[in-house]
Amino acid sequence: MRTGHSPPLVSMSGVDKIFFGMYANKGVDFDLESGEVHALLGENGAGKTTLMNILAGIYSPDAGTIYAGGREVSFRSPRDAISAGIGMVHQHFMLAPVLTVWENMILGQDGVPFVLDRRRTVSQIKELSERYALSVDPEARVTSLSIGEQQRVEILKMLYRGTKVLILDEPTSVLTPQEARDFFAAVRMMTAAGHGIVLISHKIDEILSAAGRMTVLRRGERVGTIAARDADKETLAEMMVGRALRHFPKRRAEAPGPPVLSCRGINLKGGGDSKPLSDVTFELREKEILGVAGVAGNSQGELCEVLAGIRRADSGEMILRERSVAGLGAREFIELGISYIPIDRKGVGLVPNMNLCENVALKRYWRKPAAYGKVLIDWEYIAALTGELVGSYGVQTLSLESPVRLLSGGNLQKLMLARELSGSPSVILAMHPVWGLDVGAAEFVHERLTEERDRGAGVLLVSEDLDELLDMSDRIMVMSRGRIMGVIERPDAVSKEWIGLMMAGVPAEKAV
Amino acid sequence: MRGWRLEPRTSVTPAFSAAVSAASIMLALVLGGVIMAAMGVNPFRAYYEILRGALGSSYGFSETLVKSIPLTMTGLACLLAFRMTIWNIGAEGQLVMGALASAAFVRYGSAGGAAGMFFGMFAASVLAGGLWGLIPGFLKGRWNVNEIIATLMLNYIALSLMDLLLYGAWKDPASMGFPMTPPFPPEARFLTFGRTRLHGGLAMALAMTAAAWFVIRKTRWGFEIRVIGENKRAAGYAGMNVMRNTALVMFVSGAIAGLCGMSEVAGLHGRLSRGFSVGYGFTGVIVAWLSGLNPLALPFVAFLMGILLVGGDTLQVVMTLPLSSVQVLQGLILFCVLGGEVFRRRRLRPSRAAPGTGEH
Repeated sequence: MRTGHSPPLVSMSGVDKIFFGMYANKGVDFDLESGEVHALLGENGAGKTTLMNILAGIYSPDAGTIYAGGREVSFRSPRDAISAGIGMVHQHFMLAPVLTVWENMILGQDGVPFVLDRRRTVSQIKELSERYALSVDPEARVTSLSIGEQQRVEILKMLYRGTKVLILDEPTSVLTPQEARDFFAAVRMMTAAGHGIVLISHKIDEILSAAGRMTVLRRGERVGTIAARDADKETLAEMMVGRALRHFPKRRAEAPGPPVLSCRGINLKGGGDSKPLSDVTFELREKEILGVAGVAGNSQGELCEVLAGIRRADSGEMILRERSVAGLGAREFIELGISYIPIDRKGVGLVPNMNLCENVALKRYWRKPAAYGKVLIDWEYIAALTGELVGSYGVQTLSLESPVRLLSGGNLQKLMLARELSGSPSVILAMHPVWGLDVGAAEFVHERLTEERDRGAGVLLVSEDLDELLDMSDRIMVMSRGRIMGVIERPDAVSKEWIGLMMAGVPAEKAV
Repeated sequence: MRGWRLEPRTSVTPAFSAAVSAASIMLALVLGGVIMAAMGVNPFRAYYEILRGALGSSYGFSETLVKSIPLTMTGLACLLAFRMTIWNIGAEGQLVMGALASAAFVRYGSAGGAAGMFFGMFAASVLAGGLWGLIPGFLKGRWNVNEIIATLMLNYIALSLMDLLLYGAWKDPASMGFPMTPPFPPEARFLTFGRTRLHGGLAMALAMTAAAWFVIRKTRWGFEIRVIGENKRAAGYAGMNVMRNTALVMFVSGAIAGLCGMSEVAGLHGRLSRGFSVGYGFTGVIVAWLSGLNPLALPFVAFLMGILLVGGDTLQVVMTLPLSSVQVLQGLILFCVLGGEVFRRRRLRPSRAAPGTGEH
């Protein structure tokens, strides 16, 4: 869609980036015009973020050229990219929490005077935030801001530094549907003012309504670039995945059983790195998948850790099959058949430098048949079990002895799933179980969880992806700021808007 | 402008890992050679003298083994804690406490015969060294008190306590003012091999090495140590008690160092004397690190360090170099090995020549 007259704001051609001998990007071309939203689509691991990290000066490419404003450039740091008018807002914000908004704006900037000019900075921020409908209080401390507000600060920071090109990495993953709508309104104002915006996403629906052009990446290579008016959902999905999608049929639970895990009035004080839970009351039944909807960082992780016995609630009752379990430790919870699939595979669920056998041993090394008596571990038994699990879950690995850090995200998840689902658990806590997986692996995980549900387990499925929850869950529980906003008994009978309001903190009764 | 950048390696083979260690030691020897040359000594001759002194005679060889014994034990003490990423820099103090407790048992304890004496000293040194490790271990586990500072400071307390006793209540009236206890009775001494100073501590060191390997590789507790050392959050996720294990590992680490103290006083010196440990607790840190935290490699590293120590004595006599020049060499080796870690995990690659100069 070249207009022919002015050169594009930026263009990249033939960009290669190699990590560990593998192409993260291979021969990728990309360009961005002034005043357009150009979406970069692809599955996790397709190389979208890598490509944009190159454009933003974080990585240097192994081959290829980059032009900005018609001149060839080579960035050695994000600072170089910003001075060439290119700024990136990452998925994880890079703000100093104890500082105020205006202090964050000038942090790390060149040419800041020795004595800070608060008044001028604040008035400049106010002007920018009015012009682009990005409302934020310049005097507020970043810690006191919501995630949505912090995102606005990040965007304003880039505008304040005079960038013409804004790269936004998965911006809506931390927003409620309503916040996302405001966000796209701001995006339109920025493009109207002549900025160019790169939107990295894997959500096809929002891209179709927001972007003018879209480039699809798959396994580091560009599959194609198409204009929004020529695109539809199926074509884009096929371009992303490389084959037609097979939708595995949604199956609801036939008849949920009695409650397997009941929680009543669970409270957890926040503080430090933990967010609070207040008065959490719900029941998880046998033979059901209970979805937990909520924007990232609304204490879903803390809930799972309390339910897995890793964190101890300050008060409240937890009853597992008529037995009170509040106050027991993680080991007892494991022995009682509560499995937990944490979001952070390498940081929590697995030990990256240990091999497959040792990682399988993690949840059973102290009990029979994996342990002989009180002292020794039966590594032969564990090796046999690991071989069996690797075979039946199709984990691709060179050997059982290689450290699991060498496995891909999908294989890591399969290994963890194999470990957690072996031994017929009665409760399965699954947090973002398909995060970062390609479509095939995600389907596999969903099918396995559904099978476990049909076998009789109660599955608690936490996800930020409302579509995934609507697809998988028999019931949906909505969380906001550590509270349960309501439980939706028939997810197919309600609107997404309604769930969105509850995610934003409006109680179920008032959200109707 | 051309530059170099470090990129992570995908896989590290054991052979490559060993090559990095060897290259690091070589570099340290070259740097040490430069320093010795600056001191007006021919470095080739110096290294030759070190080797000749340490390995060139049966006496030298036995002396090297004598030095390897405490280095193996303190190395194991450090290794165990380091495996759990607890930085126990206090093996020296734990060793001194173990030696003090052994000497106290000899002085005040009553035991039937050599066996009773051995087990009494053994238990006393395990408890004393273990306690000296448990204190920082408990503080670390319970309130996350920095164990590096705590263990380091406890070294000075132990050393001062030893001085207090050796210059006071325990001083041998016949020592002509030297700070040492009277000689231990024969039943409190280890057996020695032939006419050398090599003693039964060697068997203890080897048994402890085998036990460390077995515990780390085969047992539930060893598995917990490794998991906690690699990933504390995964350990909590699997229901391991990180706090209790922190205290326990520090107790065992201190107990091993304490036994080293017993082995030195009962096996080698036959009395407790000031300066009986020439910083073995600190050299143990180097030994553990050089071994790559592998218990089976550790005795060989200890032997290598033993060569340096014995050879250093020869240097002093033959080439009239100060003992500190050998300590400089040890320091260089640790420095180079730690620096070499960077290359064990990363490779150096030239960064791509920039086609344009960007905004500069």
